[in-house]
Amino acid sequence: MTRLLEFTLNGRDRADAVADNILLLDFLREKIGLTGTKTGCDGGECGACTVLIDDKPALSCLTIAATVAGKRVDTIESLGHDGQLSAVQRGFHEKLGSQCGYCTPGFIMASAGLLRKNPNPSEAEILDALGSNICRCTGYVKIIEAVQFAVALNAQGVAP
Amino acid sequence: MNEIVPAHNIGGYVPMIDGPEKVSGRAKYTADILQPGMLAGRIYRSPYSHGEIVEVDVSEALKVSGVRAIVTGADCDKPFGVLPIARSEYPLARERVRYRGEPVAAVAAVDDASAREALRRIKFKVRELPAYYTSKAALAPGAVQLHEKKPGNIERDVLFELGSLEKGFSEADLVREGTYNCAEVCQNQMEMHAAIAEYDTLRDRMTVHASTQVPYYVHLMLSQILGMEMSRIRVIKPHVGGGFGCRTETLAIELIAALLARKANATVRLVTTREETFITHRGRPETDIKLKIGMRKDGRITAVECDCDQRGGAHSGYGIVTILYSGSMLYAIYDLHNVKYVGKRVLTNTPPCGAFRGHGTVDIRFAFESLLDEMAGELGLDPFAVRRANLLTAPTFTDNDMMVNSYGLPECLDWVEQQSGWSKRIGNMPKGKGLGMACSHYISGASKPVNWTGEPHATVKIKLDFDGSIVVLSGAADIGQGSTTILAQTVAEVLGLDLARVRVVTGDSEVVPKDNGSYSSRVTFMVGNAALDAARNLKSVLVNAAARKLEARPEDIECLGELYRAGAQDKGATFDEVVTEALKDSGTITVTGNYSTIPESHGSKKYRGAAIGGTMGYSYSAQVVEVSVDEETGVVTVDKVWVAHDCGKALNRLTVEGQVQGSVWMGMGQAMSEEAAYHDGLMLTANMLDYRVPTIQDSPPIEVGIVESMDPHGPFGAKEAGEGSLAAFLPALTNAIADAIGIRFNDLPVTPDRVFEAIEKCKRTLEKTPKKNGGA
Repeated sequence: MTRLLEFTLNGRDRADAVADNILLLDFLREKIGLTGTKTGCDGGECGACTVLIDDKPALSCLTIAATVAGKRVDTIESLGHDGQLSAVQRGFHEKLGSQCGYCTPGFIMASAGLLRKNPNPSEAEILDALGSNICRCTGYVKIIEAVQFAVALNAQGVAP
Repeated sequence: MNEIVPAHNIGGYVPMIDGPEKVSGRAKYTADILQPGMLAGRIYRSPYSHGEIVEVDVSEALKVSGVRAIVTGADCDKPFGVLPIARSEYPLARERVRYRGEPVAAVAAVDDASAREALRRIKFKVRELPAYYTSKAALAPGAVQLHEKKPGNIERDVLFELGSLEKGFSEADLVREGTYNCAEVCQNQMEMHAAIAEYDTLRDRMTVHASTQVPYYVHLMLSQILGMEMSRIRVIKPHVGGGFGCRTETLAIELIAALLARKANATVRLVTTREETFITHRGRPETDIKLKIGMRKDGRITAVECDCDQRGGAHSGYGIVTILYSGSMLYAIYDLHNVKYVGKRVLTNTPPCGAFRGHGTVDIRFAFESLLDEMAGELGLDPFAVRRANLLTAPTFTDNDMMVNSYGLPECLDWVEQQSGWSKRIGNMPKGKGLGMACSHYISGASKPVNWTGEPHATVKIKLDFDGSIVVLSGAADIGQGSTTILAQTVAEVLGLDLARVRVVTGDSEVVPKDNGSYSSRVTFMVGNAALDAARNLKSVLVNAAARKLEARPEDIECLGELYRAGAQDKGATFDEVVTEALKDSGTITVTGNYSTIPESHGSKKYRGAAIGGTMGYSYSAQVVEVSVDEETGVVTVDKVWVAHDCGKALNRLTVEGQVQGSVWMGMGQAMSEEAAYHDGLMLTANMLDYRVPTIQDSPPIEVGIVESMDPHGPFGAKEAGEGSLAAFLPALTNAIADAIGIRFNDLPVTPDRVFEAIEKCKRTLEKTPKKNGGA
């Protein structure tokens, strides 16, 4: 069965016919072509598919697309304004929080979700917010530095 | 007057030039490439560990509407494999299946649901054979042979004795022996395996997008498997989400996608699940080591005897190379003589192992540095002193003819000793806390590639045209380690230009020169040197053009990047003017840079396979690990790691730090939690929850010291940075645990269960808490 899904994606309202059983992840990637959100596992293991639903980090691989009706969904493609990278994006780029880049969109969205809720997180709060995202390249050291750098940029007025 | 200076691009903290794509979601990985009409591929895998194939019946599967093609072993009778001397694997099994999960058939369908439905309808019958899941079982007398040409299920045995063991042990004051077991581990890179194959039936051409570290090897194997001329094949490597070695050989996935595409006359996207990515494996084999070391009272090593069995899995893969590395890389870190090595690579009914980061060196280094530590304790020597008693003096050749020109290990030892406060803290740690140290090393690329063709080891081209942008063309595969950035930095440095002037094009066989690929940490050294050569050649073209324009002699031309001039008083010509002048000669300028290794680096001929381990330069690493052990629960926490890495010269301090931290951390996963476990050949840990990768909350601060020994052959003095620091973590951890609770762990991973059990056992035997090593 399909149904009409009305929701806000990356700041724009839209309406799509979606299958009842399609996952938000597959809908974003395969139907809309927003491939920034990554598939990293067989479901709920790695965090690569993290998006924001009403500003809260959520695993799009464990979310049925139809359940976001009336909600705001933000993906990695929504970040950055006026041709500039967002604070979290700059952090991950400039501090090498990203190596191969595959887990990066998930980490960035989880971090952006944290900063929207808590603009001045402690290190423990950063670890807590990123505890279910797996990165295989960095050993996480530079990811923590990236988020801390983003916090500083955010304090200077750069949007997370 | 403005001071004109060339831009400098080497030695700083330079973010990756492809970083903006990665942080914005614009970077395209193979699975992100969507094309209209693309078919979905799926693989049917053997549910049996070992059996003769009786029937693969796909007739019912073909009836599923939406199915466009099905391929089986009958569609390809040519084997593949990375080593020309050991090709035993078929893209889809023929005659026999040898491990649970081996590809048997594959489907291309209009959508994934149809492909999955077709898989359910495939009927697969085998006559089951006995299956062996351990080296011991496969080696047992009377065991059925996995491969006809491999009696005793031995893929390769290695034996060498250089010097005299008898003499060496007779000179020792202390001789000790240990046995060690390291569990099989998987790369588990974040991007699952993927390939897109597009067959152009009108022209008989094949284009394959592959998530690989070795596009050239994929090209070779596609040609072999498809029976197509190489000129009809194009391989594209998009962004790749890590590899750590499992993509250093062609995988069945790329080959199956191509077979499907040709049969269906279509484009097929084959993306594996995480479980399949695990089962495709190519990780580090389970390794059993017996090690015996002789040592004088002053810590000098007099003899080494090492026995190593590797459970290689069902096919060769890189196996022969791995078992050889494990022997040869005993050398080149310490001054060793009187060494005997016996290695056995065993064929078992488990997924094939491969070339995991630190290829062949890691488990051996774990054993070696563990036993050194134990013997140091027994002789009352500081672990640092034992290492210092055995240092090499560069330049030198080892007993197995490995060439060591630069050797920063002494400085690495000094740095971690000082930064960790070792001398004041060792022996004075509070209860349950401990410090451990260890060293490791790695090659900067194998001097002789596995497919030896006589060509230069690496080639880079640079194109410069009317627009004044420098376009570097290289086949080097950036898989996240930052090789693209290093090439841009290298070229920009030579020309004195800002990094923004340089673009790097990689990963398309139609455009870029051939490259052997990203493995054995070869790219910075080999391709970096080729880039250096190309940039110098381009500079020479530009200097000649400037000389003509400025009516001066070329040797009087000064290149300041954006300005060329003949002496400080000369107004000179801008870069753009010089380019315009240069184009008058040849039109579009293209230059080539090459790099070839020197014969002295090609390793030994003293025993069969002794060339393995030969390189132009070895990196060195020393580490100190600080742990807390909860004696009630057995939980070990790594509080801090200090690591010093000799990379010759850090071309990019940011990416060197990132590589070193990543290596240390990957070593931590292997040491503490990662293990591929099987039940009757079924991988039990084929997901990221059961295969326990450390999370951000489990991971320690890792402080990196960069040691620059300036290798005489490295580009700007550089050597590798991406692998050498992995191995030292493992023994540094277990040495730290031994310091904390007086119990030494010779089996990995050191999970809380094992620690708890060992503490309880110790309590039962001693009926009291064990005394700390050198305790306070």
